[in-house]
Amino acid sequence: MTVASGTERLDIEKIREDFPILKQRPHGKPLVYLDNAATTQKPQVVIDALVEYYTESNANIHRGVHFLSQKATEAYEAVRGKTASFLGAASPEEIVFVRGATEGINLVMHSYCRKHFEPGDEVLITGMEHHSNIVPWQLLTEETGAVLRVVPLNDRGEVELKAFEEMLGPKTRFVALPHVSNALGTVNPVAEMVAKAHELSVPVLIDGAQAVAHRSVDVQALDCDFYVFSGHKLYAPTGIGVLYARREHLESMDPFQGGGDMIASVTFEKTTYNRVPHKFEAGTPNIAGTIAMGRAIDYVQEIGLERIGAYEDELLEYATARVGALPGVRLIGTAADRASGLSFDLEGVHPHDVGTILDREGVAVRAGHHCAQPVMERFGVTATVRASFAFYNTREEVDALVAALETVREVFG
Amino acid sequence: MSDLRDLYQDVILDHGRKPRNFHAMEDASRQLEGFNPLCGDRLTLYLKIEDDRVTDISFEGAGCAISMASASLLSETLVGKTTAEAEVVFQSFHEMLTGERGQPFDEKVLGKLAVFAGVCEFPTRVKCATLAWHTLNGALKGDHGKVTTE
Repeated sequence: MTVASGTERLDIEKIREDFPILKQRPHGKPLVYLDNAATTQKPQVVIDALVEYYTESNANIHRGVHFLSQKATEAYEAVRGKTASFLGAASPEEIVFVRGATEGINLVMHSYCRKHFEPGDEVLITGMEHHSNIVPWQLLTEETGAVLRVVPLNDRGEVELKAFEEMLGPKTRFVALPHVSNALGTVNPVAEMVAKAHELSVPVLIDGAQAVAHRSVDVQALDCDFYVFSGHKLYAPTGIGVLYARREHLESMDPFQGGGDMIASVTFEKTTYNRVPHKFEAGTPNIAGTIAMGRAIDYVQEIGLERIGAYEDELLEYATARVGALPGVRLIGTAADRASGLSFDLEGVHPHDVGTILDREGVAVRAGHHCAQPVMERFGVTATVRASFAFYNTREEVDALVAALETVREVFG
Repeated sequence: MSDLRDLYQDVILDHGRKPRNFHAMEDASRQLEGFNPLCGDRLTLYLKIEDDRVTDISFEGAGCAISMASASLLSETLVGKTTAEAEVVFQSFHEMLTGERGQPFDEKVLGKLAVFAGVCEFPTRVKCATLAWHTLNGALKGDHGKVTTE
């Protein structure tokens, strides 16, 4: 199938050939993988990068004087540069490799926020957060006596911008926002929100876990202070992710973990730390995963995030119309600007039952609270079904989802 | 479709849709909350025990068809049994779901509960079926607070 997206066309058949797992047949049915917000599948080039690294370059980095160590170090550091340009960062030194978005948020909480916070200071988050952008802040407020405040959502699942502005105040010390909601698909007007926070000199972290695979991101245009994402939601392996932080913040921040590689010199009396960003990368990092993430970034950039986003938005619109037209379906999250996926509730059938029946039809979706229990509470459900898309998905797969939902109706009557 | 029918048997669909004994019990002798943190399903089980015999059971909660039907059938099946007999049913039910498919189970002990035999083909759903039973087990042992499947 070839689909027009603007003037360029994505050759989906050819793209699907790049992802070997799409040939799997769960329960004897063709795999329809619609759980991309949980994790994306990996193209062969990314899988090959892992094998190539261990076959041809494996060595520890930054220390060895031998051939392989130099090769591995160069490959690893090249990804820092690649990631910086992928995010529009001012320099590679602003990129810290972490395990994933969760670790990035925790790093900022520990190394940037902890020492500055006092009782009564406020952290502002939104009502649509993933648990990973709630719990670290609760740890902070428990420790420091600071207060966590939550900007409410409207019934479409959008942040109440007026409330956001009103809640920003002299006590606000930090704002943490999702770029795209994992449970609702809402795309937040993050640039606008950062600007509002910066009027009061409040630093802003953006959780980009659900954004980077669907939208081209420019951290300098967004003007955010911190941006985090997970590689595995961007076609890269698990266990590798990125924290972008403005250089001046990194320079002022305490180390996150202590160990090898993050030091300049160590005696029993006194340790001086390595320069940024290495100061935040204690121990031997996920070298293979980092290099494979570099390959994933190359892969999506060759196709082009603008084209990817345009194609996926069309697919999401089609899916929203088809699923939304089914009897008994209630869409959870109907924001004007959405990306990635749709969440819904099927009247009279619990999402886990929907998920099990869909699975038997080969359709993989997420059924549950999506690590966003407060969102579920806001919309009066305990769980939803979520179908989330990547550019290797097709309209035929949306049709398969709809057919499988009809099977649910047959089973449940 | 056929293995889906093994899971979603009519009895399960019926009890899932219209759970029996679905209400609070003010004069319960035991009351315990069960929670599956992975999926968010939760229920509160109420037991009335007189002379070591279960004389009434009810529950409240929200969850999938499997967990609601399991709690509903539990409440129907165990009334009139001694606490020791109820524990035997719990053991048999647990073994049926966590054992090998096709292993014989004691139909005399399980009765209607045998409709859940198909669940062990769906490993991700076993905890849905056992939530009420773990809660029962906790309540019989005199646990307080909350039982979780994890």
